[in-house]
Amino acid sequence: MRLDRELTCAELVELVTDYLERSLPVRDVERFEEHLAFCDGCGMYLEQMRATIAVTGRMRERDLPPELEERLLDAFRGWSTA
Amino acid sequence: MERLVSPEEMRLVDGLRAGSEAAFRDLMEMYGASMLRVAQLYVRSRAVAEDVVAETWLAVLKGIGRFEGRSSLKTWLFRILTNTAKTRGEREGRSVPFSALAGDDDEGASVDPDRFLGPEERFPGHWSAPPSTWEPEDRLLAGETLDVVQAAIDGLPPAQALVITMRDIEGFTSEEVRNAMDISETNQRVLLHRARTKVRRALEDYLS
Repeated sequence: MRLDRELTCAELVELVTDYLERSLPVRDVERFEEHLAFCDGCGMYLEQMRATIAVTGRMRERDLPPELEERLLDAFRGWSTA
Repeated sequence: MERLVSPEEMRLVDGLRAGSEAAFRDLMEMYGASMLRVAQLYVRSRAVAEDVVAETWLAVLKGIGRFEGRSSLKTWLFRILTNTAKTRGEREGRSVPFSALAGDDDEGASVDPDRFLGPEERFPGHWSAPPSTWEPEDRLLAGETLDVVQAAIDGLPPAQALVITMRDIEGFTSEEVRNAMDISETNQRVLLHRARTKVRRALEDYLS
């Protein structure tokens, strides 16, 4: 195990999701954050991943198509009066 | 440990059992649009996805009397949805390789290896072509950018598309995704990583 070796950028980009999901062991979180402290490229990469997640989240739609909503309500009424 | 049924969910369950249309409308509002989006990843057409959602609700209504609260209501709903959608997808000859286990396919690196310094360099594995700022910021917010994201998701292997859709579009927790898809924590994370990585790459290509 080379636990104390610095992470390379190529390694860090593979760990970004584990980092954001908080599933990295504490020691690896430290290595990850130590690397970020001096590496602008990786800082930018992490920021882009966060931006990607935020943009993807904007695709959420709350509304059902009205015809489907009517169809489901009809089904419900059929069920509840059966 | 999974969060079990919340008081709010229990109120809706009791409402459904009592035949309350208001409870049904609340549930439809909470989960209907998410169900339709998830269903669409399993079947070929929007029309079939709507059938799947309708079938799911019928199964929910039939089964609500037996719902025991061993999982959250949301988990239970989406288990029924994914099972219904899977069956329908298989019948259509389109099955989603859920069990596509992390690591059994060769996906390559998250970032093109050419963008890092090679082994002969002084700092091997460090950026030679680092990512640059995405500017201007309002481009990120434009409708066309969302089209780029949608196209990138459409191009993903189905299991990756499902995970990113549930997590990042519909806001499910990792546990809710694992329960709906019946996959492991690690598998969920690897699929999410691959999916997000590809969407980031598509955005980078578009914005740079």
